[in-house]
Amino acid sequence: MVERVITGAHYGLKDWLAQRFTAVAMAVYALWMLGALLIGPPNDFAVWRGLFANQGVKAWTFVFLVSLYWHAWIGVRDIFMDYIKPTGLLLLLQVLTIVALVGYAGWSIQILWSI
Amino acid sequence: MAKQRPKNLDLMSIRLPLPGIVSIMHRISGAGLFLSLPVLLCLFQSSVSSPESFASFQLVLANPLWKIFLLLVLFGFLYHLCAGIRYLALDLHWGTELAEARASSVAVLVVSVLLTLILGARLW
Repeated sequence: MVERVITGAHYGLKDWLAQRFTAVAMAVYALWMLGALLIGPPNDFAVWRGLFANQGVKAWTFVFLVSLYWHAWIGVRDIFMDYIKPTGLLLLLQVLTIVALVGYAGWSIQILWSI
Repeated sequence: MAKQRPKNLDLMSIRLPLPGIVSIMHRISGAGLFLSLPVLLCLFQSSVSSPESFASFQLVLANPLWKIFLLLVLFGFLYHLCAGIRYLALDLHWGTELAEARASSVAVLVVSVLLTLILGARLW
């Protein structure tokens, strides 16, 4: 007997939740960073680089960036699904978006861990 | 059995209510932020790599055209953040009455513009 799930793959709910969790993670980081910039804008290279040399800040920045790319994937995919009707073009745009975001994640690791 | 209902898809004649404007701006700002990601990563990289690249990063910040671009990105980010916080509240069923939803839409617009002005003035 084949178990058929007729209510869909349920990835919608998972993505809906992920979009909100990543949003909260980014909001906390952004408010902290904006607060820091408001108190003292970085005019000195050593101080600015030193901020990200701290392991905690580095890890937190990485969590922010990964949340950003995940959040961007769900958001951009939703926009494409709303406006792009030809299946081939939709697939192509989605693949290009994934390639770009995975590339950004690798680039982010390279930037952060060469500090 | 498709019912013939009147349709109006003429975007120019549709007057969006305020929460609708906040919604489409949330989408547009999100798309804009996504497109600006490679530029922002480049700028971040140059700001932390070396004293020389930091100096060129500061030159970029001083350029008026770049300033306009970065202010737009800053506004896009702050707007997306404020509107996003509003959506999280709506998810929790806070402020779902029409009057409250309109008031929070106004708040999103006002707060994001004010924050952009304050941060913009502080950073430049």
